[in-house]
Amino acid sequence: MFYLDFLIVILCFKPFRCRSLPAQRKYMRSPLIPEMATQEVQLNETLAHLKTESETLKSKLEEERAKLHDVELHQVAEKVEGLGQFVMKTRRTLKGHGNKVLCMDWCKDKRRIVSSSQDGKVIVWDAFTTNKEHAVTMPCTWVMACAYAPSGCAVACGGLDNKCSVYPLSLDKNENLAAKKKSVAMHTNYLSACSFTNSDMQILTSSGDGTCALWDVESGQLLQSFHGHAADVLCLDLAPSETGNTFVSGGCDKKANVWDMRSGQCIQSFETHESDINSVRYYPSGDAFASGSDDATCRLYDLRADREVAIYSKESIIFGVSSVDFSLSGRLLFGGYNDYTINVWDVLKGTRVSILFGHENRVSTLRVSPDGTAFSTGSWDHTLRVCDDCYFFIGIKYNQNLCTFNFTPCAPDKPPLSLTATHLPKYSNLKKHIYRST
Amino acid sequence: MAEGSKDQGGVGTTDPEEDSPNMIVYRKIEDIVTRIQDEKAGGVAIRTVKSFLSKIPSVVSGADIVQWLMKNLSIEDPAEAIHLGSLVAAHGYIFPISDHVLTLKDDGTLYRFQSPYFWPSNCWEPENTDYAIYLCKRTMQNKARLELADYEAENLARLQRAFARKWEFIFMQAEAQVKIDRKKDKAERKILDSQERAFWDVHRPVPGCVNTTEMDIRKCRREKNPHRVKKSVYGVPDDGQSQPSPVHISSQPTRKPTKEDVQKEITFLNTQLDRHCMKVSKVADSLMSYTEQFMEYDPFVAAIEPSNPWLSDDTAFWDLEASRDPSQQRVKKWGFSLEEALKDPAGRDQFLKFLESEFSSENLRFWLAVQDLKRRPLQEVASRAQEIWQEFLAEGAPSSINLDSHSYERTSQNLKDPGRYSYEDAQEHIFKLMKSDSYARFLRSNIYQDLLLARKKVRNQISQFLRHPACILQRWAPLMRTVSS
Repeated sequence: MFYLDFLIVILCFKPFRCRSLPAQRKYMRSPLIPEMATQEVQLNETLAHLKTESETLKSKLEEERAKLHDVELHQVAEKVEGLGQFVMKTRRTLKGHGNKVLCMDWCKDKRRIVSSSQDGKVIVWDAFTTNKEHAVTMPCTWVMACAYAPSGCAVACGGLDNKCSVYPLSLDKNENLAAKKKSVAMHTNYLSACSFTNSDMQILTSSGDGTCALWDVESGQLLQSFHGHAADVLCLDLAPSETGNTFVSGGCDKKANVWDMRSGQCIQSFETHESDINSVRYYPSGDAFASGSDDATCRLYDLRADREVAIYSKESIIFGVSSVDFSLSGRLLFGGYNDYTINVWDVLKGTRVSILFGHENRVSTLRVSPDGTAFSTGSWDHTLRVCDDCYFFIGIKYNQNLCTFNFTPCAPDKPPLSLTATHLPKYSNLKKHIYRST
Repeated sequence: MAEGSKDQGGVGTTDPEEDSPNMIVYRKIEDIVTRIQDEKAGGVAIRTVKSFLSKIPSVVSGADIVQWLMKNLSIEDPAEAIHLGSLVAAHGYIFPISDHVLTLKDDGTLYRFQSPYFWPSNCWEPENTDYAIYLCKRTMQNKARLELADYEAENLARLQRAFARKWEFIFMQAEAQVKIDRKKDKAERKILDSQERAFWDVHRPVPGCVNTTEMDIRKCRREKNPHRVKKSVYGVPDDGQSQPSPVHISSQPTRKPTKEDVQKEITFLNTQLDRHCMKVSKVADSLMSYTEQFMEYDPFVAAIEPSNPWLSDDTAFWDLEASRDPSQQRVKKWGFSLEEALKDPAGRDQFLKFLESEFSSENLRFWLAVQDLKRRPLQEVASRAQEIWQEFLAEGAPSSINLDSHSYERTSQNLKDPGRYSYEDAQEHIFKLMKSDSYARFLRSNIYQDLLLARKKVRNQISQFLRHPACILQRWAPLMRTVSS
């Protein structure tokens, strides 16, 4: 008896170590009481007790976080000027895939796109001219993930083959790309997403086997693995910071986890969605991220408040979100949905500012271009589209030998647009770009 | 940690299939369809419509459905309501009585509701034998309205070839079905026939129409307990020859959390409790100010100079961005934060130039070297790390940087086993140093201010003016003459 007391006393005075995370102050409170509770339970090692402990901590955490929830984002955003309605229009349609387009990624040059589809084909396009520049046939069908290397000299892809392979892109059109293929990642289930880090030398992957992994491209070696999801991981996104080393992943366990790439530890976790999380994307500042789920909602989670701060949904939207992305400033959130539409949300106010029809089947993937000038979508209708917002044509002005086409924007805050002869496309091209107002 | 109210530990108490993504959508549609049919609760009136010689039982007009959707689901745009209604139809919950194509039209076209027996949520996967029986049965009925469409006739021909050996069996089944149908009431038969046809329109759609039964393969593993799957409409027993669906990979049983899992969770939760978090009000202000700052750079919200390439087909905007001669707007961005300045290659160059002028460029060069180290292939990491040590940190290093003793100790320890993150602490320290010290001075420097206010260009113009006063006088002279005269 005395021995036991002695043991408890000794354990109580062990310094309470807290994992020091960068730029976080320790929460000031007495270290003794919760520690005693933890240590006591650990002596009482049954699963049921541990579970109760876990539940108690969860509700305590929820309580603590709720104290900080003093206001809603859209309430604070009431003082921000509204955006009005946008009209989006398709600027380019990329046809060439023989089956469902599953994934796409932009090149850093802001005009090239790589896309992959269910028939095993991976195509690199110059979206600006709509020319196909490269095509690779993968040995497996359902190529669910593809990514462009930062240098623009390679693409990575994978899917049902459980692997992620890197293909260097050569300028020689006759060269068989498949010959130079490099197998980098090996998972035990399908590859759901892949992304290069800031360099061509490392790839981050997520898989249906419930893990994410970081690989060295040249050697194919596993650098770090990330365990914590209880089901398939469907998506990931790297933090935009130059100095940061974190990424967020979303899975079929309805959780979105934020990971430290150095240690492999999960540093934050969010679980408010009611179904699979199909897509996660960081807000441009890196302080928050958005997620899209099969429960037909998109949600915004802030990392500093450690909670969900906004939800984007409508009674009339009942189909799941397949992919999300932010505009350059983070003011707009684009969502591709399984009901063939794209909904555009005002991130701060929580309202929808536009709906875009056009695809004839599910939108499976959506990305905003690196400089924010357009966004591209891929769909089960075998096509990709590059879209932008729209102007109304109001007239032509002739001034000496200059001809100016004048447009008024659909978005009320934007100034009118004038294209002079030097900026003019051919008139036939112009016609399809503009939306004539009566 | 934000969390839902569901219990996540252990095997779910609810049927896991009920939560599968497809089921969630079906439940929502079924809720809508049930509400539409509930006349007492504000639903649409389902009537029998009189046509030339007969009555059409149990129908609703498309316009009525669109109206209901707009009113009850807060939809403002009829196009949206039509789109949603078409999707509800495409999944087989409502159908036009005289068309195989499942879309909703906002006019007097008549629609009927599908019987719950045929709802997709019953996990239907009808076999081709059933489809053959159905098409065969249709050919036995003499009504003009039940004549096979072209694509159906083609399908029937194909199935006849495929099932040549058991066609007799199929024919017999079809006859049996026709007999059963004849016994039913006329009106009831009309309704059942149309519902059956709509069922097949979903599972064997018109060529060119979307097949809404196609599934995302990533979600298939958790679908459908094989016992729940319904394969036969006409009660044909599964003869064992039917191929198991290639999409039904055996689903993994939900992993029960082990003791280690829960212990890990507890450690994680304790760490989270220790975390200092910001209030939502502060976070909201921060998000808003970030967005406001960058909105002028966002092509979706503000006009960009000279034009958006996707709109005008002119790449001038991209050419300008690629040039190292930055616009004022771009230079302004460098002033938002050190990170923004370093993100832009032109910003990096200018900052480096400034630091060189102050003889403190080693800090930035160290930071850039460490960034580069992290991007190297694994093989090169160790040697590169040593090079960085020699250049910046060793005794008598040519570009010696100033590190506090603690970071210095840590870094030299790390280098005993060099890796990509060996210099993390040092890099962070140097970044903070640059941010608080050099960066602030950079923003006040002539190098930056000149670019920001485009002073150089003006200055050049003025200097040109002063350089050749004679030329200027010549240019102004004619003007002065005309004025004076």
